[in-house]
Amino acid sequence: MKCRKCGRSAAFNMRQHKLALCETHYPEWFVAQTERVIQKYRMFGPDERVLVAVSGGKDSLALWNVLLGLGYQADGLYIDLGIDDGVGYSATSRDKVERFAAQRPEANFTVVDLEAEYGETLPELARRVRRGRGKPCSVCGLVKRHVMNRVTRDGGYDVLATGHNLDDEVAVLFGNVLHWQMSYIARQAPVLPASGDGLARKVKPFCRLYERETAAYTLMTGIDYIYDECPYAVGATSLRHKAVLSHMEEDSPGTKLQFYLGFLRARKAGFFNEQAEDVELHPCSNCGQPTSAPGLCAFCRLWERRAPRQ
Amino acid sequence: MKLIYRDKEWELQGRWRVRDAIKEVGLLPQTVLAVRDGKLLTGDVMLEKDDEIKLIAVVSGG
Repeated sequence: MKCRKCGRSAAFNMRQHKLALCETHYPEWFVAQTERVIQKYRMFGPDERVLVAVSGGKDSLALWNVLLGLGYQADGLYIDLGIDDGVGYSATSRDKVERFAAQRPEANFTVVDLEAEYGETLPELARRVRRGRGKPCSVCGLVKRHVMNRVTRDGGYDVLATGHNLDDEVAVLFGNVLHWQMSYIARQAPVLPASGDGLARKVKPFCRLYERETAAYTLMTGIDYIYDECPYAVGATSLRHKAVLSHMEEDSPGTKLQFYLGFLRARKAGFFNEQAEDVELHPCSNCGQPTSAPGLCAFCRLWERRAPRQ
Repeated sequence: MKLIYRDKEWELQGRWRVRDAIKEVGLLPQTVLAVRDGKLLTGDVMLEKDDEIKLIAVVSGG
């Protein structure tokens, strides 16, 4: 198979685009596609400060690399959740982020260490609170959303960027359609605008790029990332949905992209407008971050009854 | 040839195209990238009997 641009041996083939490219032209294509998405959805401009949520995984490090390469003011945020599970998961992922930044003088980043700042690691927190029993991912999502919004706001950033890729977006959409979660479907978008109540703008520049495309980019550009999934993600519903969708994609290349683009067209046409809930937000009485009910936000309630450490 | 995926290894006899070898060991070509000597391979590449191929999972998250 030959590179469409130069005719040399291709390194990567995208069946859904009928496009094969070599090691030189694929990374160029990938960066150009990301820039196109940023502009198409008006995610942010060159004068804005971007906070990239980095986990040490392929998608977030690829995103940070692309944004720095394009000259955006992109700083990183790593949240150390203290997940060990016998494999040192958080320690390894943090090491990947630190090594990435050490190789790039322009890459500044902030670390929020959950245990150091709040007194418990994520596994400890999940074991203690009702919300986390048997499902630490639920607590993890809540913690990460809170910390990301806080650092974006307190750090004076204009926008928070995450490495969610097309497969992530399609798996979420598929799950929400299966259960007809209309309010969640109405909220899914490449850009979630900032609210005057203190919610930061959130963007997903990789929302139209396949997971295998971000993986190929990291391999070709030599980005070292953590290969293993989070130990708590084993058996997660979203991974089962991804598996089903990948079987469909195998038989019919482009299925995931068509599903997502069709959804965005329907969204733009107003199909989900009636389902979009206009929730009034209130400042949390403890941290000041927006919450849907007066009083403490869900994050602060997690720590409310924590026993002091011996 | 040898195929390595996470903590698993398979030996295949004869010559195989990358895509067919991945299917032969029960994986979905969509979900892995094939790497030989640090270089990515497209699905149509014919593998030789002494090749060692690392299969990298592309799925992440939870």
